[in-house]
Amino acid sequence: MTPTLQLFLTISAALFSIGLVAALSRRHAIFILIGIEMMLAAANLNFIAFWRFGPNPQQPTGVMVAIFSIAIAAAEAAVGLALVIAIYRHFRTTNVDQLNQLKG
Amino acid sequence: MSSAAFAFIAILTLAAAIAAASLSKLIHAALSLAVAFVGVAAFYFLLGAEFVGLVQVFIYVGAVAVLIVFTILLTRRDAVTSERFNWAGIVAALAIFGGLIWAIYQTPAISIIAAPIEPLTVRRIGQVLMLDYVWPLQCVGLVLTAALIGALILVMEEKR
Repeated sequence: MTPTLQLFLTISAALFSIGLVAALSRRHAIFILIGIEMMLAAANLNFIAFWRFGPNPQQPTGVMVAIFSIAIAAAEAAVGLALVIAIYRHFRTTNVDQLNQLKG
Repeated sequence: MSSAAFAFIAILTLAAAIAAASLSKLIHAALSLAVAFVGVAAFYFLLGAEFVGLVQVFIYVGAVAVLIVFTILLTRRDAVTSERFNWAGIVAALAIFGGLIWAIYQTPAISIIAAPIEPLTVRRIGQVLMLDYVWPLQCVGLVLTAALIGALILVMEEKR
């Protein structure tokens, strides 16, 4: 028995949910970034799985979307981690619960 | 596409992802994230997208994971924070997971196995990237340049 598309989508959904847990329930800013990266990886896995199982896998459209998405994710990681460092320099903490200056 | 390899990679990836989301020490979580990214790259290899798998290893494991580790080292002073765990996030994530699983297994059209294809060569990817996708490629280059300059400006020392 070879894996079906459903199995790949299940793995991707599980990866997305784990990333969502990390992004929603951790209080450290770097954990939130880790969760976002995991959710982006799950989306890329979906792109590749739909490309491979789709009706026209000779056209590398899904591969191209995944490559561009990885490049954008790299840019997002760089800017996000720079923000974490800037926030740490300013507030001496990276706990997002203590960053409540804008709270009304 | 063998099911044994699939099961092995799936267990490795999900275990590493759970470790990355739940470990209390940041550095351990970052290294588990690198393992999870290697697992996702193995899925790409399994699906016949070798180039994307290599790109995943180079960029995520090589660059993003190292960047996260450097950020952890630079913000070390509160690397271990006692944090209360937020159960609402877990409930929301479980609800979304349940909804996704329900949608996936309600759709009969996607319970298919992959048709055999010719391997996608790097030569073909390069041709497509340079002919059909040349403007998106330039835009991504512009975005990356702007993002890296912005990141540098963000972390420059504040003038006092």
